[in-house]
Amino acid sequence: MSVTAFLTDSTLCIGCKACEVACKEWNQVPADGFDFRALSYDNTGSLGHSTWRHVKFVENGAVPGFGGNASEVFSWGFSSDVCKHCANAGCLEACPTGAIVRTEFGGVYIQPDVCNGCGYCVVCCPFGVVERRPEDGRAFKCTFCYDRQKEGLEPACATACPTESIKFGEIEHLRDTARERVRDLEEKGFDDVNLYDPTDTSVGGIHAFFIVRGDPKTYNLPPKPEVPTTYLKKGWMSAGIAAAAMVAGAFLAFTGSSDR
Amino acid sequence: MSISPERETRELRLQQIRREAELRATSISKLPSDSHMDARPSNGHGALQDFEPAASASPQTGYYGMPLLKTPAWTWEVPIYFFVGGAAGASAMLASVGKLTGADQRMIRDARWVAAIGAALSPPLLIADLGFPKRFLNMLRVFKVQSPMSVGSWTLVSFSSAAAASAVLSELERRRVLPRIPVLTDVAEIGAALTGLVLATYTGVLVGATAIPVWNAKVSLIPIHFATSGLSTAVSVLELRGHASSALNKIGIGATVVETAIGASLEFGKEPATEPLHHGPTGWTMRVAGLLSGPVPLALRLLSLTSPPRSPRSVKLRKAAAISSIAGSLITRWAWVYAGRASSKDPKVPLQLPGPARPDAEQIPQDK
Ligand code: SF4
Repeated sequence: MSVTAFLTDSTLCIGCKACEVACKEWNQVPADGFDFRALSYDNTGSLGHSTWRHVKFVENGAVPGFGGNASEVFSWGFSSDVCKHCANAGCLEACPTGAIVRTEFGGVYIQPDVCNGCGYCVVCCPFGVVERRPEDGRAFKCTFCYDRQKEGLEPACATACPTESIKFGEIEHLRDTARERVRDLEEKGFDDVNLYDPTDTSVGGIHAFFIVRGDPKTYNLPPKPEVPTTYLKKGWMSAGIAAAAMVAGAFLAFTGSSDR
Repeated sequence: MSISPERETRELRLQQIRREAELRATSISKLPSDSHMDARPSNGHGALQDFEPAASASPQTGYYGMPLLKTPAWTWEVPIYFFVGGAAGASAMLASVGKLTGADQRMIRDARWVAAIGAALSPPLLIADLGFPKRFLNMLRVFKVQSPMSVGSWTLVSFSSAAAASAVLSELERRRVLPRIPVLTDVAEIGAALTGLVLATYTGVLVGATAIPVWNAKVSLIPIHFATSGLSTAVSVLELRGHASSALNKIGIGATVVETAIGASLEFGKEPATEPLHHGPTGWTMRVAGLLSGPVPLALRLLSLTSPPRSPRSVKLRKAAAISSIAGSLITRWAWVYAGRASSKDPKVPLQLPGPARPDAEQIPQDK
């Protein structure tokens, strides 16, 4: 099986949330309330146990030509966020039960019948994606529509996206598409287009990359995500020193005292 | 690929969602397509180019200042588990080293029992925190070195069995219920000491090797901090049980000196990721923990040296130090978890805000 990926092109996104709806319906994800946050038209806020696709609404000031608007009109940047299905996934490495696995399509999948809700993946995801569902106790996140992919179908979000902002396909092919698209947009005069795919960090690239206008930080996409296993060496070294020091200290204290 | 009729209905529903979205969008404006998109300045309002965006989603604020990471799901059981496990692990080590060096028999026996009781309390605490406690045994489905949670679960199970066996076997031997079986007792004893050392330190790795900025920034310190804290508690519990050997006081002094140094390094070492250790309620919790574990018991222990060993005054001062250390140790674990929660809610560190003055092009991989 070839490794698959998402390319989410926010320059095509119209903020219709069809992906959110399709994902919820297909995967039978519970509702996540309707809180108006008074920040923007975004009423879900971030990805979570019940939000596996999340459309971010970024309000831009009146900038001439931005998004083809007239100069005095606000414009919106929309970007549909999703689990990055990291090449080196913090959640997968952290999972003590083996519930989180790498599928034959390269996606990161939580087996709900194995997860025991230890919550360690939650603190090990550098993108803040996976979350424990309080009513259920287990951790949930985007499955990359593993069930659909196994049947040769596209994930629900990509199927429902009316503007083809969410593209799905073979990863290297999609990377080429992404590069081409960025080049294309630059030729059209968009000088602020970025492809977000952090291959130069310990995460080692993601299977869901994004084209955004402006700085990806605006969309809470971290510039240097690190897979937490990179801290293990330092941590165990410290643990070893601590253990040795404890034994040595106790030994010295006992042997060095007549009153022991 | 053929799909079932039920599957087909659901597939059609996705198409319906797509059409609906399409219709609503086109009723407002045309769908974007390349022919509509043009970023070339189309008018002469050059001055507007410098317009400050009114929106609060920006490279300076992140996405409306919303948290980038998820908050740790751990509840109150976890810091208590860190505390109990740490003390039990250190206690098993004390029993073993004490036996090797010919320390007081009663002290060794009590140390074994502290380890065994801690070993019995730890699994329920850990299981209670699971979202799906019935599946605790799934922890033993696999062993993953790269997951401190996996290493820890296996360590806890081994420690619990070894510590219980060590305490029970030596008790039966002492009461002459069983003939002395040195091999079994010794293996249990040494096993408890070794796994105890891992138990007292791995929790620091568990916390440190995560995406939470304040934790991973201090990954080299937390295991030492937790271990020292566990050793302090083990000594303190033994002292409160009435053991007053000067050897125990020496260990106590050593541990509180290290605690004082750690407290000072946390207080004076400032970096963006450790902000929760300096500000607000999380900062104060860590400070109180540091004082109660470091300088306060250290001063009391040193003061106890001015009276003859085992004199009532000396014993009283050491018991006061012990109480302070135990309280400090418990608050220490809580302070770290608390700081981690605060840290997870602040997007500044993962987004590198306010970052060093670097052009964006250097931070974000771009394809030109
Ligand atoms: S983004 Fe988070 S949840 Fe998704 S694969 Fe990476 S670490 Fe796991």
